[in-house]
Amino acid sequence: MSDAVVVEGLVKKFGDFTALRGVDLTVARGTVLGLLGPNGAGKTTVVRILSTLLRPDGGRAEITGLDVVTQADQVRSVIGLTGQYAAVDEYLTGEENLEMVGRLYRLGKKESRARAGQLLERFDLTDAARRPAKTYSGGMRRRLDIAASLIARPQVLFLDEPTTGLDPRSRLGMWEFIADLVSDGTTILLTTQYLEEADRLADRMVVIDRGSVIARGTADELKAQVGGERLELTVGSVEGLGRAVELLRPLAVDDPQRDEQTRRLTLPVKGGAATLAEALRLLEGSGVELLDVGLRRPDLDDVFLTLTGHSADDADPATEEQAR
Amino acid sequence: MSALSHTLSDSVVITRRNLIKVKRVPDLIVFATLSPIMFVLLFRYVFGGAIAGLPDGVSYAEFLLPGIFAQTVVFGSTTTGASIAEDLQKGLVDRFRSLPMSRSAVLIGRTVADLGLNAISILVMALTGLVVGWRITSSPLEAAAGFLVLLVFAFAVSWMMALVGLLVRTPEVVNNASFIVIFPLTFVANTFVPLETFPSVLRTFAEWNPVSSVVQAARELFGNQPASAPVPDAWSLQHPALYTLIWAAVILAVFVPLAVRAYLRTATR
Repeated sequence: MSDAVVVEGLVKKFGDFTALRGVDLTVARGTVLGLLGPNGAGKTTVVRILSTLLRPDGGRAEITGLDVVTQADQVRSVIGLTGQYAAVDEYLTGEENLEMVGRLYRLGKKESRARAGQLLERFDLTDAARRPAKTYSGGMRRRLDIAASLIARPQVLFLDEPTTGLDPRSRLGMWEFIADLVSDGTTILLTTQYLEEADRLADRMVVIDRGSVIARGTADELKAQVGGERLELTVGSVEGLGRAVELLRPLAVDDPQRDEQTRRLTLPVKGGAATLAEALRLLEGSGVELLDVGLRRPDLDDVFLTLTGHSADDADPATEEQAR
Repeated sequence: MSALSHTLSDSVVITRRNLIKVKRVPDLIVFATLSPIMFVLLFRYVFGGAIAGLPDGVSYAEFLLPGIFAQTVVFGSTTTGASIAEDLQKGLVDRFRSLPMSRSAVLIGRTVADLGLNAISILVMALTGLVVGWRITSSPLEAAAGFLVLLVFAFAVSWMMALVGLLVRTPEVVNNASFIVIFPLTFVANTFVPLETFPSVLRTFAEWNPVSSVVQAARELFGNQPASAPVPDAWSLQHPALYTLIWAAVILAVFVPLAVRAYLRTATR
C-alpha cells in the first residue's frame, strides 16, 4: 500500500520558538491518521505546512508524491482543508459557498453546481441550501465547511479539530459523516484533542507533544504501551480521598490520579480481580465511604497522561500562545 | 487557460462573492451613503454661509461637492482593509490560500468590489448634490472623466488599505488606525475651504496633498471652477488630473506587490 502523505524531519520555528522539532509521519492511502496532542503541541502547524499555508524551516513533506514547497500549486489541487474555524462566508448561502469554492478549484460552472447539490444532500443541508450561512448552527457550519473542502473530490483531506466546539449530538453526527468519507477511500489526516474521537475514527495515531512525536501506533498498541489496568473508585468526601490514597498506594504501579471535584481516584494497577479484592479489604473499616469502585482497561486519556505527564485538555497557555 | 485568464475568472468569482454581501446586508450601503449625505447637508447649510474666499461666481454647493466626493471615496477605501482583516479573522483567507486559485484574485476581487461600492456612493451623493444646488456645467465626457479620476484614486488607496488590513488583522483597529491618517489627509486639503486661507506650511502640504489634486481635478472636470478663478501656484494643482494619476500609478506599483506578498505570507493566527 502506498503512502498518500509522507513527512520527514519537519521543523518549523516561529522566532525563538520551535513549534516542530523534526516530525516524521506517513499516512497510507485510504486510511485515517489521528494526530493527537495537547493545545500548542504543533498539530495545527503540521496541517498548515501540509496544506501549503506555511513553509517548513526544515525537513520535507509530500502529498501524493508532490512536494508541498516546490509543487505547492499541484498539491492544492489534490487536497481539501477544513481548519479549526468553519471557514464559510456567512453572507453567502450554503449553495453559493460551495459553488464559489468549486469555481475556485476550477471545476466549471455546471460541475460546481452539480457537486454543490450532491454535497448539500449528503451533509443534510438541502433544506438550508438557499439560506445565508449566518443562520446556520455550529454543526451545520462545520458540515458546510467540510462539504466545501470535498467539492473537488480531494485525494487527501485535512481535518483540523473538526468537532471542537460542537455539542455532543452534532459531534456524533460529524463522526458518522467522517466515517462515510473513509469508506469512499479518501485519505484523511485528522487532528483532535478528543481521544475518543481518534479512537473511533483513526486507523493509526501519532501523538505529538511540544513539537516532537512521542508515540505512534494503533489505539490498541498505544494502550498496550501504557499497560495494566485502572482501579477507579469514588468516595464520599475529600478527606476520604486522601485516606484512600494512603491506604491503596502500595497497590499502584504508577502515580495515582485524584480528582477532588468528583472525589474520584484512579490507580494504575496490575493483577486484575485479585487486586480489586485486595483494595476492598484495605479500605474495609477505614471509615472511607466508598460510593463506586471498578476495574477498567486503560483508555487513550490514560495513554496521554502516561506519555506526556499531563492530560489532553490540560493546555499549556504559554506554549499555545507562541505556537499560534 | 493562461495564468491571466485564471486570475481574471477567479477575480470575478471573488468580486461576485463580495458584492453578494452588499446585497444581503443592505445596511452597509445605506450607512456608507448616509454619512456623505449628512456631510453634504452639514457643510452646505452649517458652514456654507461662513466660508469666504470662494472664486467669484461659484456657490459653496458647487465648491463643496467635488470635495465631499473625494473625501467619501477615500474613506470608502478603508472598507477594503477592514473586510480583508475580517476574512483573515474568520479563516476564509486560509481556505482561499489552500485552493489552487490565482494568488492575487482575493485582493483583486476585494478592491474591485469596493470600487463598485464607491461608485454607488458617488451616485447617491451626486443626486443629493443636485438637490442642494450643485450642477455639472461641463460636457458629459469631461464629467465622466471627473468621476473616473475620483474612482481611480480611490482604487489605488484601496490597495494601500488592503496591505494595512493584512498586517493589522483586526477590522476595528484597521478602521481606527486608518482614520488617524485619512482625517488629516482629507481635511488639510482644498476639500472644504479654499487653500488661500491656510497658514503657509499647511498650505504647501495641502497643495501637494494628492487629495487636493483629486478635488481640483474633479472641480475642473465638473465645471465647478470658473475661468475667472486664480491659477494655483503649485504645479500639482495646475495639472491636477495628471498629478493624481501619477500618484495612483505610484501607489499601485508599490502596494499591489506588497499586498500580494503579505497575502501569501499571512495566515490566521
